[in-house]
Amino acid sequence: MNLETLDDALRPALFEYLLRLGDDALILGHRLSEWCGHGPYLEEDIALANLALDCLGHAEALLTLAGEVEGQGRTADDLAFLRDAYDFRNVQLVELPRGDFAFTIVRQFLYATYACLLYKALQQSAFEPLAGIAAKAHKEMQYHLRHSSEWMRCLGDGTEESHRRAQSALDELWMYTGELFEVDDTLRTLTEARIAPDMATLQPKWREQVETVLREATLTVPEDPPYMATGGRHGHHTEHLGHLLAEMQFLQRAYPGAQW
Amino acid sequence: MTPAEILEALTEVRDPEIPVLNIVEMGIVRDVRLEGDTVHVDITPTYTGCPAMRTIEAAIVQTLQARGFQQVVVHKVFREPWTTDWMTDEAREKLRAYGIAPPPPRADEAPELIPLPFSVARGPAVPCPFCGSEQTRQTSAFGATACKALFFCEACQQPFEYFKAI
Repeated sequence: MNLETLDDALRPALFEYLLRLGDDALILGHRLSEWCGHGPYLEEDIALANLALDCLGHAEALLTLAGEVEGQGRTADDLAFLRDAYDFRNVQLVELPRGDFAFTIVRQFLYATYACLLYKALQQSAFEPLAGIAAKAHKEMQYHLRHSSEWMRCLGDGTEESHRRAQSALDELWMYTGELFEVDDTLRTLTEARIAPDMATLQPKWREQVETVLREATLTVPEDPPYMATGGRHGHHTEHLGHLLAEMQFLQRAYPGAQW
Repeated sequence: MTPAEILEALTEVRDPEIPVLNIVEMGIVRDVRLEGDTVHVDITPTYTGCPAMRTIEAAIVQTLQARGFQQVVVHKVFREPWTTDWMTDEAREKLRAYGIAPPPPRADEAPELIPLPFSVARGPAVPCPFCGSEQTRQTSAFGATACKALFFCEACQQPFEYFKAI
């Protein structure tokens, strides 16, 4: 099905789902872009800016589609710059401050492993415009996964200091990974309509791939914490998202409609 | 004008980042349709976040308006996703002459980029666009634009860019 043949009953759930996908990409892209000019060395600085650009590209495509599905005339820019924190649907994992380089890399690795599996599955989506974006995004996310996996090995199996920092980032981030695979009514509706994949089949694959790289990186898989962070998909965020938006949205809020 | 002639006109539109190539030989233009007075042009981004796409869209409109078409609509399509295999042989040779190592054809059964050690996951050697030597190494998987990686030639001691095969 496409925009014309989409069942109106599915629109609210699909809009919500596209916001989730688009907001994950947008917020992670913004965090990555914060490294521009601050990378540990020139090539890595360029690499992180490239990854940020890919994420913004995915966000633009997904949020444009979200606006079309919603049918209220909102553009990707409207959705990115004119919503408040409680209207954002990204997981908390992507909004956490960028931390040190190890923290950024570990988060990138955990997310890219998830995104590669998700976009691969979404290529089979019954909603054709989403399947098209997923096919493109999948190609690009594979580079992210290769880049971050390489770094996981360098940091984990590197010096005592790099190992300590990577392990500490991993321990800190682990409680934010449960949210990636959460299933609620929105997702169930779309899985039933064959628009979204069954997350229960993706999670074990994610876990297996993550553990393989962690082993090679001589890092220890954290124990599952008693509490997994949750709420981002329903607009409950950490305090960090508001600060991020204050910076990201400043120009459009202060000078509405400004262009250059 | 026929769609074929419109396509020919579009060869005037260059990729702003790689001005030796036009958008037709890069495989960015996917379809041209004439409906009444309106020209519809389907283009596909090389990378979703490529900032050159906006410039390219504007250049398409400008070029066709100069040929007398008042209504030009550019559509961005994602399916099938762009691949370097759509680049013509002529375009590859132009890239090489420009100092950018062109992408090799993707192997039909190219393995997915899985998280293996980079030395294993890496593809065939990339010949230096200046001296042709295969004694080259990647210095960064990312370059000045989303589509390129950075390499260094051990034989002629030149850094060079490589257009990634996707």
